[in-house]
Amino acid sequence: MAAGAPLITFDKVWKSYGQGEARVHALAGVDFAIRRGEFVAIMGPSGSGKSTAMNIIGCLDTPTAGTYSFMGVDAGRLDRNRRAMLRNLYVGFVFQGYNLLARTTAAENVELPLIYRGVASRERRDLAMQALAQVGLVGREHHTPAELSGGQQQRVAIARAIVTRPTLLVADEPTGNLDTARTHEIMELLTKLNKELGLTVTMVTHEADVADYAERTIRFLDGHVVSDTANLETA
Amino acid sequence: MIWETVRLSLRSIRRNVLRSFLTLLGIVIGVAAVIAMLTIGSGTTQKVKADISKLGSNLLVVRAGRPAGPGGPGGLDQVVRPLAEKDLAALVAHLTGARAISPASQKQVRVIFGTESLTSGVTGTDSAYLDARDWKLVSGRPFSDSETRSGTGVCLIGETVRQQFFGAGDPEGEIIRVNRTSCKIIGLLEPKGYTGFGQDQDNVVLMPLHAYQRRIAGNRDIDNIYIAADDRTPTSELQPRVEDILRDIRRITPDRESDFGIRDMTQIADAMASATTTMTGMLGAVAGVSLLVGGIGIMNIMLVSVTERTREIGIRLAIGAHEKHILIQFLVEATVLSLLGGIIGILIGLGLAGLASATLTIPFAPSPAVILLAVGFSALIGMVFGFFPALRGARLDPIDALRHE
Repeated sequence: MAAGAPLITFDKVWKSYGQGEARVHALAGVDFAIRRGEFVAIMGPSGSGKSTAMNIIGCLDTPTAGTYSFMGVDAGRLDRNRRAMLRNLYVGFVFQGYNLLARTTAAENVELPLIYRGVASRERRDLAMQALAQVGLVGREHHTPAELSGGQQQRVAIARAIVTRPTLLVADEPTGNLDTARTHEIMELLTKLNKELGLTVTMVTHEADVADYAERTIRFLDGHVVSDTANLETA
Repeated sequence: MIWETVRLSLRSIRRNVLRSFLTLLGIVIGVAAVIAMLTIGSGTTQKVKADISKLGSNLLVVRAGRPAGPGGPGGLDQVVRPLAEKDLAALVAHLTGARAISPASQKQVRVIFGTESLTSGVTGTDSAYLDARDWKLVSGRPFSDSETRSGTGVCLIGETVRQQFFGAGDPEGEIIRVNRTSCKIIGLLEPKGYTGFGQDQDNVVLMPLHAYQRRIAGNRDIDNIYIAADDRTPTSELQPRVEDILRDIRRITPDRESDFGIRDMTQIADAMASATTTMTGMLGAVAGVSLLVGGIGIMNIMLVSVTERTREIGIRLAIGAHEKHILIQFLVEATVLSLLGGIIGILIGLGLAGLASATLTIPFAPSPAVILLAVGFSALIGMVFGFFPALRGARLDPIDALRHE
């Protein structure tokens, strides 16, 4: 990847479902680029195509037409396993519902991506502890999700996302299940990770005050980008 | 990675203890049935072989009357001509390749000592009988030739008879009454236990043939002639020689069938053993069907497990698991599950076989090959029946899987 080139590029990306009359376009020719180190909020009502765009950004999904390049790679044309490899190496995911494995301790949840990388058990443990320290969860390593609060669970999920030292963090409504105080904490944490580690963060949200934590907001409507603006420094 | 996966699957089995146990049950029952059947079966085969060799291996038994078999005419118009002393004499004079030739006539007779009585198998025979049957004396001596010739009232008794009349005492020299005739005990036979057909081989009294004929049977007939082949001569070779000599002495013209039968104990042993082996195989096959049912149980529960854990699969795929990781995870889980069932099944099967061999007094004959086969087979069942559900899990679309509630 050439220096200064965008990390993520959408070039006339279409995503369509169904056939003939019933054909629906979740994305209808979307163009945008995200540079390394950016903190971008993606907004829009449901059905606007923002989740589809996020799935493509996270290499979970592929465009029907157009090109999605990630780190200079045409990620939209890769097969399942190569995309899995990209996810494992460069992408961390944070979901609205935390998506931790039940009855599995915080440390084990955080170690999970490292298992698929083939990292040895001792090193896994060390890296997981570091990641948990980064999200401020020292002393909770052996708690299972059921023994943790929502905010703590989301911190574990963030630790799991950053334990592989990814280039990109994909967050899908990360504060959707949290109260105002917890939302504030999680957003502070994401901002800190963005600033301190240079982690590129893309975040889907429908709350304007959450989007305000980002440097830039991309708004979707009916499969199109309707606005792409830099945010004023806040928080 | 594999170790990691095995640990993971053990944990998921532990989490659903009851469900895992019920799933295992199919495999457990299947493997236990197969192991028990095959172990009991091979024990029975051993027992049958041992029993028949107790009757005497390399032994031919001649008895009067046409051998039973298809194609033979009905016996009504045919008066059975018993074996006689001259037949025995001819065999003794002309037969080569025999180690011992001995006559025997038998009858169940009431035997009395003091106030005790017992119905016992009384055999009239000669001194070669012990050799022919391969029986041994614990104490005392066999009949002398003169005792055999003159039909003296002497006898050898089996262990059951001794216990009935004398407890732990020494029976030698005591006089017992056998069917209104008295005879003096001169020796005790080695205990032989029961045959596989439930016959007490120690409830016997042996006496000289002439004494038996005169005082018990009241005729001059010989029921059986026992012929033991020597070490160099197979019974299959001996049999036609016996037949020739007897046809000659009994003046049977070539156009007529023999009016006596020759049973080869070795053949009977082989036939019985192969019959039990066939039985064992059939029972094993039936038990094997339950293994198949167990396998379907595994498949069923693995499908449930994959559906239940769709979200988990989605998470794993999202954070970088490959299809093969998911496939291996569920395959290992199914294999561990069925292997666990297999091992429990083997233990239960061996336990059942042990119990059966204790109650049926057959040898406990576990076969390492069968056990190994059962372990391998149950692992295979896990893999085969776990593959389809595992593949289904691995092929899930991560987006759909994550959306799954």
